Amino acid sequence: MDLAYQFKQKILLIIVPLLVATMAWAATDVAPDFSLPDATGAVVSLQDFDGQVVLINFWASWCGPCREEMPLLDELHKRYESLGFTMLGVNVEEDSAAAKKFLQGTAVSFPILFDRENNVSKLYDVIAMPSSVLVGRDGTVRYIHHGYEPGNENDYQDQIRQLIRE
Amino acid sequence: MNQRIQQLGIITLVTAAMLASVTVAQVLPEDRADALYHSFDGGGVTITGPSILLRKKLTSNFSGYANYYVDSISSASIDVLSYASAYEEERTEISIGGDYLLGETILSGGFTDSDENDFEAQTAYFGVSQEVFGGLTTIRMGFSRGWDEVGMVNDPDFAEDVDRRSYRLGATQVITKNLLLNFEFEGITDEGFLNNPYRKVRYRDAVDPSIFHWEEEVYPNTRTSSAFSLGGRYFVQPGSAVYGSARIFNDTWGIDAWDAQLGYTYSTQGSWLFDYSYRYYTQTGADFYSDLFDYSEQQNFRGRDKELSTFTGHSIRLGISYEIPVASWKFVERGTANFNYDYMFFNYDDFRNVLEGGAAGTEPLYDMSADILQLYVSFWF
Amino acid sequence: MYKIILYPCLLLFLLLSACSNVEPWVKPYERANLADEAMLLERNPVSAAYLIHVHESREGARGASGRTGGGCGCN
Repeated sequence: MDLAYQFKQKILLIIVPLLVATMAWAATDVAPDFSLPDATGAVVSLQDFDGQVVLINFWASWCGPCREEMPLLDELHKRYESLGFTMLGVNVEEDSAAAKKFLQGTAVSFPILFDRENNVSKLYDVIAMPSSVLVGRDGTVRYIHHGYEPGNENDYQDQIRQLIRE
Repeated sequence: MNQRIQQLGIITLVTAAMLASVTVAQVLPEDRADALYHSFDGGGVTITGPSILLRKKLTSNFSGYANYYVDSISSASIDVLSYASAYEEERTEISIGGDYLLGETILSGGFTDSDENDFEAQTAYFGVSQEVFGGLTTIRMGFSRGWDEVGMVNDPDFAEDVDRRSYRLGATQVITKNLLLNFEFEGITDEGFLNNPYRKVRYRDAVDPSIFHWEEEVYPNTRTSSAFSLGGRYFVQPGSAVYGSARIFNDTWGIDAWDAQLGYTYSTQGSWLFDYSYRYYTQTGADFYSDLFDYSEQQNFRGRDKELSTFTGHSIRLGISYEIPVASWKFVERGTANFNYDYMFFNYDDFRNVLEGGAAGTEPLYDMSADILQLYVSFWF
Repeated sequence: MYKIILYPCLLLFLLLSACSNVEPWVKPYERANLADEAMLLERNPVSAAYLIHVHESREGARGASGRTGGGCGCN
């Protein structure tokens, strides 16, 4: 019985902190600032949108759910842009050619930035494709979405509306 | 006892939470339609026919498919010519099934019905596929159950059953940015009338050993087999990859076999794709197999199916694929036109060609080659 | 008897938990090559199924070929 109890202690001691650690930075941390080039080469920073609600979407042209999600994200951008919201699409591909080709077929109205060296992906600890990070007006990370399943866009919408009202 | 259950419960919950914290969603197969014309010509047998597949997402989480397949058979094989006469028949196989996506899991199921004038088979399968460990590993499990009814063309009273069960376990593992490994195990058990009712074995005449006679095959009524395969795919450049796989097999009939394949897919990154591969197969014969028995009913179980003999096989493949320009087509996203040619060659070590004549047991060993052609178009929607 | 089963199970769960928290050594955003069509295990299901059928009809071995289900059970 003693041994079993020790086991339980050890497990909780090891696992819980690990669990907390992986998620901890995301909880209510300030969203790290970054600067990336857009399609024209102009540099865009997260700082530029200080005071607005931002949804940073990490995507790649080779990722099926990412492609599926794009038009829906565009809709959200168009709907809430005037209310102090912006969508930032961060493309994570080393070679942007395929991404640019995809955007020709599926044009979007929000800025697409190119994270060719994956510095921002690492900064934001992207563990799934696609990943969407919702940043509040105060610059803190509020919601993180890993992956995309049909229906997620409704959650994005609810969360955007909530954050805009702040 | 309670405490242990508690611990196990906590650990399970925490583990589940852990596993859920790093996710890459699985994706359902794409919508597609394929139409294939297949042709097999070798060893006196010609089999041709269509195979048509349709796959479509019926809801955002469910992808369903249907396949229609026909074998039109014209057989003057060595077995047929040895003690029967050439025949023609047709086999039709229809399958339907689907895949259901639930987060990291895909549940699959389907049913196949195969029909010909002297054989009917139904198979049902169920499978689960799960992404784990941050999406670098996908684990698959599957189970299928089959029911066959064996008949004979000339004997309407002949009807025997076969019960088939198969268990599969597999995993795909991402090793590096460019390398995937795939592992699979499959255990199959058959029970019932497992031989071909038309096929015969031969035995030496009691008086003159250079003459032989035919008699009925008798097989064991169970067969359990296991197969392990390991394969890999290595990315070379966009559209091109090197692939290989190997499998070992053994069963309760004493058959030991292994095969290996190596191939290369090359894309011009324009409209053309080429695929080359080589496959080697070798097996040792079943315990109850013999090309020529010494006397009638020498063993309780006796078979002379060359597929259960000791032999090696080689096959080489050339595949060519062309991207159909579909930019202006309305509903089609992508299309390819494909041609595959396989050349197979089999060398039998203990199966003799009785048609060549000669004293029993001195006939030349049999060998055969086959040309296999596949012409098909694929469309994605 | 319980201990023989329980403790290895606990160990396995621990390992699984640890494994799932090992950072995937290929990040999700580095999987461009793995997503390439040439890396698909089954890019032409109709053609692949047909060839498996040809092999199983002519050879004694069966199974572990990547076929998900069904089978004619031809003798």
